[in-house]
Amino acid sequence: MASLAPRPQEILLPVKRSFIAVTLVGALLLNLLPWSGAAALAKPDFVALTLLYWYTYEPRKIGFTSALVLGLLMDISDASLFGQHALGYTVLAYAAIVLHRRVRRFALGAQMLHATAMLLLPLIAMLVVRLAAGAEAPSMLYLVACLTGGALWPLLRLLLPLQQRATTDPDHASI
Amino acid sequence: MEYSPPPFFKTGPTPLLRLLFFSALAIALMVTDARLQYLDSMRQVVAIVVYPLQRLASSPVGLAQRVGEFFVTHTSLREENARLAGESFENAAALQQLKSLQAENAQLRELLGTRSRISSSSLSAQILYTSRDPFSRKVIVDKGWQDEVKAGQAVIDDRGVVGQITRVYPWVSEVTLLTDKGLAVPVTNLRNGLRGVVFGVGRDGALELRFMPVNADIQSGDRLVTSGIDGTYPPGLPVAEITNIERDSAYTFARITGKPVARVASNAHVLVLSWESTAPREPAPEAPATAKRRSKAKKGS
Repeated sequence: MASLAPRPQEILLPVKRSFIAVTLVGALLLNLLPWSGAAALAKPDFVALTLLYWYTYEPRKIGFTSALVLGLLMDISDASLFGQHALGYTVLAYAAIVLHRRVRRFALGAQMLHATAMLLLPLIAMLVVRLAAGAEAPSMLYLVACLTGGALWPLLRLLLPLQQRATTDPDHASI
Repeated sequence: MEYSPPPFFKTGPTPLLRLLFFSALAIALMVTDARLQYLDSMRQVVAIVVYPLQRLASSPVGLAQRVGEFFVTHTSLREENARLAGESFENAAALQQLKSLQAENAQLRELLGTRSRISSSSLSAQILYTSRDPFSRKVIVDKGWQDEVKAGQAVIDDRGVVGQITRVYPWVSEVTLLTDKGLAVPVTNLRNGLRGVVFGVGRDGALELRFMPVNADIQSGDRLVTSGIDGTYPPGLPVAEITNIERDSAYTFARITGKPVARVASNAHVLVLSWESTAPREPAPEAPATAKRRSKAKKGS
């Protein structure tokens, strides 16, 4: 576990915006997989998780517009209210950007807990909106998604900085 | 908890300001979507963007299914063949009867001077995936307005009504299932012709027959079929079977629950019916202002 967290002295290369876009589209694809049954219930929101990562580690490289656009794409493919995911992701973006300086210094376990709580935010925002629009309240299993999302956080910490660690030889790093 | 960087770094508006702007935008979109019908064209555009991603995401599963189908054993194929042959034999007998009954029905209607009720055609569609929205019960099928699917058409399977097309995109459309809280189907009791309206309750395998007086002649096990008076569902399609009746004279209406006849939650293929009702059409709206209100009222039916 300790090897997952970047060593304090490690300096990552600046991330490319195109890499952020590729990861977000990949997360959207994962969300669009035809999940069914128990997997559909336990499925974390990959888009929210990836957005959370980038808002925490590269808040200057990704704006609120990405959250809005990805939210609208999710709304269409989910056949939900148009703007529901957009609102959820916007709330997530705000909370992640405001807290990003603190969270980066957390240990991995604390970060997982933090990610769980953060992923709860869009779920609750969407729940409030849908209940206000007159929908039936879903079962408590609706909230399982934020637990599995939090459990996947170490995987993101491992995979997403890969592009920034691409060079092994610091003397010949091309920036 | 938040501190802003020194003002000589240009960072644009503060996160709070951006949160307020973007959430206001999202809420405005939602209200417009839920209350007015302005956003349909915008939905279409976004749907066209999402469509390739959706196909890409569902292709590995489809491939796995096809590979799985290839390795079906000989025995299971033979068993299925024998079962299907038996079923088709039984259906053939029923079909022969149906032909003569249809002819007889047409003659009788001609004698009575009434017009024939149904002229319907159907389109087979495959269910692509279940909507991931936990608040509603919808499925996405692989036929859209390219295949002349229209919003409002009834969707059935081999046993009965599954739901209704509620939104049409170029290549896919959304089917709201019978069990969705927002769907109502006008029905008639097969046993005595009593009319009523069946509502979904938002749970799998449960329906509710509402607004029936406490002393209504309904029994457990009664079968409800579509009445066709709404002009949306062709008459005579099986919808539900009554499972439980609670008659409490303290309330105006009895609490009648049932279960859907069709396999609403577990289907791979469905039929989309297009049906021209002979019932008189709704008169054309006089002014655009009233048209909007009507289309909203129609959405619930």
